Amino acid sequence: MTERTIRTERPWSWKRFFFQWEWLLVIIFILIHVVNSTLSPYYLNINTFIRTPQSFLDKAFIVLPMTFVILLGNIDVSVGSTVALSSVIMAVAYNAGLPMPLAIVLCLAVSTACGLFNGILMVKYKELSAAIITISTMTIYRGFAYVILEDQASGGFPEWFSFLGWGNIAGFPVMLIVFTVCAFLFWILLHKTTFGRSLYGMGNSMNACRYSGIRTDRVILIVSLLTGLMAGFTALFLTSRMGSTRPNVAQGYELEVIAMVVLGGVSTSGGKGRIIGPILAVFIVGFLSYGLGLVNISAQVLLIIIGALLIVSVTVLNVRIRKRKKKIPA
Amino acid sequence: MSEYILELKGVTKDFPGVRALDDVHFNVRTGEVHSIMGENGAGKSTFIKIITGVYTPDAGEIIYNGKPAVIRNTLDSQRLGIAAIYQHVTSYPDLSVTENIFIGHEKYNPYTRRIAWKELHARAAELLGQLESSFDPRVRMGSLSIAKQQIVEIAKALSVNARVIIMDEPTAALTNRESEELYKITENLKNNGAAVIFISHRMVDMFRLADRVTVFRDAKYINTWNRDEITHEKLVKAMVGREITQYFPKRNVHIRDEVLRAEHISRLGYFRDISFSLHRGEILAFTGLVGAGRTEVCEALYGITQYDEGHIYLDGEEIQIRHPKEAIDKGIGYLPEDRHGHGLVMDWELFKNISLALLEKFSRWKFIREDDEKKSAQELGDKLEIKAGTVFDKANTLSGGNQQKVIVAKLLTADLKVIILDEPTKGVDVGAKTAIFNIMGELAEMGYGIIMVSSEMPEVLGVSDRIVVMKEGRISAVLNTEETTQEEILHAALGEKKKVISHAE
Repeated sequence: MTERTIRTERPWSWKRFFFQWEWLLVIIFILIHVVNSTLSPYYLNINTFIRTPQSFLDKAFIVLPMTFVILLGNIDVSVGSTVALSSVIMAVAYNAGLPMPLAIVLCLAVSTACGLFNGILMVKYKELSAAIITISTMTIYRGFAYVILEDQASGGFPEWFSFLGWGNIAGFPVMLIVFTVCAFLFWILLHKTTFGRSLYGMGNSMNACRYSGIRTDRVILIVSLLTGLMAGFTALFLTSRMGSTRPNVAQGYELEVIAMVVLGGVSTSGGKGRIIGPILAVFIVGFLSYGLGLVNISAQVLLIIIGALLIVSVTVLNVRIRKRKKKIPA
Repeated sequence: MSEYILELKGVTKDFPGVRALDDVHFNVRTGEVHSIMGENGAGKSTFIKIITGVYTPDAGEIIYNGKPAVIRNTLDSQRLGIAAIYQHVTSYPDLSVTENIFIGHEKYNPYTRRIAWKELHARAAELLGQLESSFDPRVRMGSLSIAKQQIVEIAKALSVNARVIIMDEPTAALTNRESEELYKITENLKNNGAAVIFISHRMVDMFRLADRVTVFRDAKYINTWNRDEITHEKLVKAMVGREITQYFPKRNVHIRDEVLRAEHISRLGYFRDISFSLHRGEILAFTGLVGAGRTEVCEALYGITQYDEGHIYLDGEEIQIRHPKEAIDKGIGYLPEDRHGHGLVMDWELFKNISLALLEKFSRWKFIREDDEKKSAQELGDKLEIKAGTVFDKANTLSGGNQQKVIVAKLLTADLKVIILDEPTKGVDVGAKTAIFNIMGELAEMGYGIIMVSSEMPEVLGVSDRIVVMKEGRISAVLNTEETTQEEILHAALGEKKKVISHAE
């Protein structure tokens, strides 16, 4: 043993602790509440925080796996179509006589299959970019939804199905509870397991992982599968809230979801960011739109604000990375 | 008129926290090859960047052609007639050779303002002809070998009538034969009155080419010698600042039973009929020209690619390896040639890099145990003497030699029997090379079977027990290191002889 020893702990640094993107998100989050409460005297109320999320949490389920996708340096724009297809198939199957519990299972099965299909294409045809593959499947899945239901609505679900989107358990919305559980599971998966570690590694250097014996194809398949599954969750909650479905539901969800992930500080080049950021971003965007609703500003303005936030976040994050890369030359 | 075309006096350059160049002196005459040597981090790169105007010096003066010169940016240096050719060719791979040569100073038809292609192509061919190369200047740059791309870069320097040509590690990516051609070209340049500054790690380059040599160490100027004044040992000593008594610390290791055997493995288009055996405690070198298929064989053994035919036996049992994971589990580890791209996650902490190959060992029920990771990184890091402060240091903050040690540490986390090292000393400085050879010796002593792929002849002869020479995808000779010579290996690599030696039991 030599005398010099590499230390296994590093001193606590306030810079490292406070110079994190997530703190900025927390500040924005608080600011939004401050602004909202000045707009409406009834805003600051515990009920606001518990009830409001019901209005925006449906797409948040996809934000979780989309974080994984973007950490890998990939992108998936087919999720909105996946939601539509699985929702439509569930409605049509139910109206054709399938019992609702089985229709729900079918919905999740279809969405998972959609995700897995993306994954298989990505693994089989590595020369194609994930963007191209999912743009194709985006139109395919949406196309199938239209073929199955044509331009109609389908609904008439049993009474208890609306419980998913509207109901409460012990005073908390079902949706919020399920989302919290899912978020927790995804957090564990990403930050505590070997799977999460491989994911980060692959986002940073696919080749280094391959040469280190990581089963990279398997990781990609699992991520795609999870993306599909969570799109199925979104389909369930969305359909439950609306009471019926059409082939054009969840249009544009993919972009909103990707925007939230990027706003959450996940680098689009892969490998950087934590899941807490996108989760915060979900609530920021959600409460922001709620606040705009309070002062009767249309949803289109929200798009402008989200766009501006995105540009800010991407610029700030990139400047930070560029600064770090400015190393002293040897 | 001064004796020197370019002279630097007392040049100093500071970066925040680091003095990259400290009172450096240098000069070069026309018609001379002046070699600069030094370990990685000695200040060579900064030095070039000062001359080419990428950096401006904080102190000292530059004298060009007898007059003080101010080089504020790269354009200034180009105007003075200074051109640099870098180790990693910085060209436009999708443009033609002609376009690459004349980019920035194309010739136009004066009336139509169209680029005068015919004239440019002819001029390009003429420049290439001067460099004794006769390939078509219309071909895409990216389709050429590195050696030819470098010739294009030199042609580019000629096209602007550069009087001072800097070559930064030009031979690093070349085979011996290609290097030899580059030497000839360099000599031609010199005879035609150019001043050549030649930067290289390789002693051979220096002894073959240089008229004078200047050594830098730790950002400081050490000395300048004429070639005939200096010996190999003296040069190494000047570079590392200490005497390296045994450049290749070969240990006497008892060679034990066979661990790995390949029988007639082939992969269509890459290698054919490869058979060899590897014993515990043995260092088996794979050598040959670049492109002879050495890396491909290793990658097939490690499961990165597959082989179509043949059998591989590990401890006498036939094995099938379809994925690197299977190779690691069975006991074969691989240190890839491209350590930045394939070996390390550059932006990752030390401990994460070290645990990556065997995450399951550092986890329970798939949950990662960071404490185990860090402890293991500390232990292995200390054992291999990795120069790092904490296990949180990022891989890209380490020097080449230390990065290589991190990859070795990664391999050591697994329970391996065979370790394959693909060009382990590439781009690593002298001191770190010795350290790597020491580690290899230790591993052999511990009973690993080691395969080392290397193009460096002295290295192959210095550390291996047996040498497998490959040529165009086939084994052209298996030689016993003690009984062979550099010439014999070269003959085999060029394919003039076939000789196979197995172990005399």
